[in-house]
Amino acid sequence: MPPKGMVVIDKDRCKGCGVCVATCPFGVLALSPEFNRYGYNVAAMAAPEKCTGCTMCAQMCPDAAIEVYLYRPAKEAV
Amino acid sequence: MSVVETKVPAGFVPVYTRPKALSDKRFTYCPGCDHGIITRLVAEAIDELGIQERTVGVAPVGCAVFLYEFFRCDFAQAAHGRACAVATGIKRANPELIVFTYQGDGDLAAIGTAETVHAANRGENITVIFVNNQIYGMTGGQMAPTTLPGMRTTTTPEGRDLRSTGYPLKISEMLAQLDGPAYITRQAVFDVRHVQMARKAILRAFRNQLEGKGFSLVEIVASCPTNLRIPPAEGVRWVKEQALKYFPLGDLKVRE
Amino acid sequence: MKVLMRGNEAMAEAAIRAGCRTYFGYPITPQNEILEYMAAHLPAVGGACVQAESEVAAINMCYGAAAAGVRTLTSSSSPGISLKMEGISYLAGARLPVVIINVMRAGPGLGNIAPAQGDYFQATKGGGHGDYRLIVLAPSTVQEAAELVMLAFELADRYRVPAMILADGMLGQMMEPVELPPPIPPERIPPKPWALTGAKGRPPNVVSSFDLDPHRFREILRGLWDVYRQIQRDEVRWEEYQTEDAELVLVAYGTMGRICRTVVRRARREGLRVGLFRPITLWPFPSEPLRRLSARVPVFLTVELSAGQMWEDVRLSVDGRAQTPFYGELGGVVPTPEEILNEVKKYVRG
Repeated sequence: MPPKGMVVIDKDRCKGCGVCVATCPFGVLALSPEFNRYGYNVAAMAAPEKCTGCTMCAQMCPDAAIEVYLYRPAKEAV
Repeated sequence: MSVVETKVPAGFVPVYTRPKALSDKRFTYCPGCDHGIITRLVAEAIDELGIQERTVGVAPVGCAVFLYEFFRCDFAQAAHGRACAVATGIKRANPELIVFTYQGDGDLAAIGTAETVHAANRGENITVIFVNNQIYGMTGGQMAPTTLPGMRTTTTPEGRDLRSTGYPLKISEMLAQLDGPAYITRQAVFDVRHVQMARKAILRAFRNQLEGKGFSLVEIVASCPTNLRIPPAEGVRWVKEQALKYFPLGDLKVRE
Repeated sequence: MKVLMRGNEAMAEAAIRAGCRTYFGYPITPQNEILEYMAAHLPAVGGACVQAESEVAAINMCYGAAAAGVRTLTSSSSPGISLKMEGISYLAGARLPVVIINVMRAGPGLGNIAPAQGDYFQATKGGGHGDYRLIVLAPSTVQEAAELVMLAFELADRYRVPAMILADGMLGQMMEPVELPPPIPPERIPPKPWALTGAKGRPPNVVSSFDLDPHRFREILRGLWDVYRQIQRDEVRWEEYQTEDAELVLVAYGTMGRICRTVVRRARREGLRVGLFRPITLWPFPSEPLRRLSARVPVFLTVELSAGQMWEDVRLSVDGRAQTPFYGELGGVVPTPEEILNEVKKYVRG
């Protein structure tokens, strides 16, 4: 069973501010040790299985770097 | 921890995507700056109202000086403080356009006070987004008219002294006293609930223009973590515990 | 058909006929009739006239209206033009074709409302900050004022350079018969693909004077100066009156040019071989024709309502080939033809 939701973080837009990490109510996100080309530690899904696709991280992201997806196989069939 | 996932597996559908009114350009704001959220909310309003092809923005001088690079709509870059005058010129020249300004507190509430007050008083049918972060961010953290009492800036190293520098300027309260404006509101973006309220306010400020209601201004109380020298996530606490004492949230004027 | 009109009103009407559809101004004597005329007449042609809260606001409203692609005018008098200088620099940087009328009065400071020509440097050498020039046109009659306003709109649009009409209080207030030029049909106003009209079916347009990259900004300014050089090559305008055999040529513009024409006629009646060289474009200054003239004329007497501003351009143009004395008045005092003639007689004898 896949998780309910997932986020896609645009690595190059992320500035590693950590607002999404602090916002996520389920502890999905964390700052990764990986650097992007601008030298920021980018945010990533540390616990992807906990993501509900609630979009709170995306709404708080100051760089419009997060897109959120929901698992909807039925809808896709439609 | 896995590397950043970029491929969306089958069965997932988008529920939150980057607004179409935004260009591909990275924001030039500092990490964690509220400007980024506010800029995105403006783009979301433009998307929601389907007005991208008739919207003209007016970029300020300050941290949002590159605003014209972030949007996929026509833009004018205004001199410091003059955005409301420039917007007036655009709107009067072509009332079919949807015209908005996006200004900080130095731009709108110090050097541009006259232009702002008189555009509001004329009831110019424009939308003004006013980002109040109580400091001159771009120039390195000098005192703004909105700087809080006791707040340390590079020009108030001992903290803002009310006896010699006056009080935080409550421009929205001032404008709300005028007969001209249709909508004056003060919002914040420090948590999801407030982001959603700010989003609604910005949408309303644009819709007012579409309906010909006249001057609408959305003030957004923000923080400048870089110049406050605090981690971005602490900006939230700053706004809630410090800024809102002087800049309480809510609608200050609504003309139906 | 000639009509009797005040200079200020003739300029305002000419602007409307040139297709100007937005005007932004602020009251200041001696140019109030322009604002009043626009307030009364622009709405009737579907235009907009806004009495702004300041000169600063007015010039920035012009910035917006011109950016939106509409022909736009502002007018003021010397102290108000000083306030507009910030905005004028931005217009030049953003390449916006705004027409600005300066009905000059005496300065510095609040000065007074009498005619003067003390803003020549400000108009022709930049005035605001940065490396730019304005197209500056100096009418000497009400008729010419109307014609030059129409020309100013045409040139401003053609080159995307702001243009200034440098008039003075005497010309603004004077009533003269004028044959107004016919209105420009809207289809003759050139299209502005760069204007802010909404990014529909094209990439977004940006009107800006800003570029953080020095090398890129240098290229923008080099392009701008290419345009300026083209204007200097193609748009120089001046009038010569009885210069063919002149032993002394008066150099004067605007109201002083008009008075000096009278001086030439009186001098000729007394057998003095005096001519007039009257720059019509103050920028680009007619240096080359003046230089040519200096090959055979021994004296150029510059006459201005100032302490000597255009005088510097005259001396640069003549470059030591002839005598270049100066006669001027200050503070809003206008010299009489007799006074100037007496000065002329110091250099030529009949």
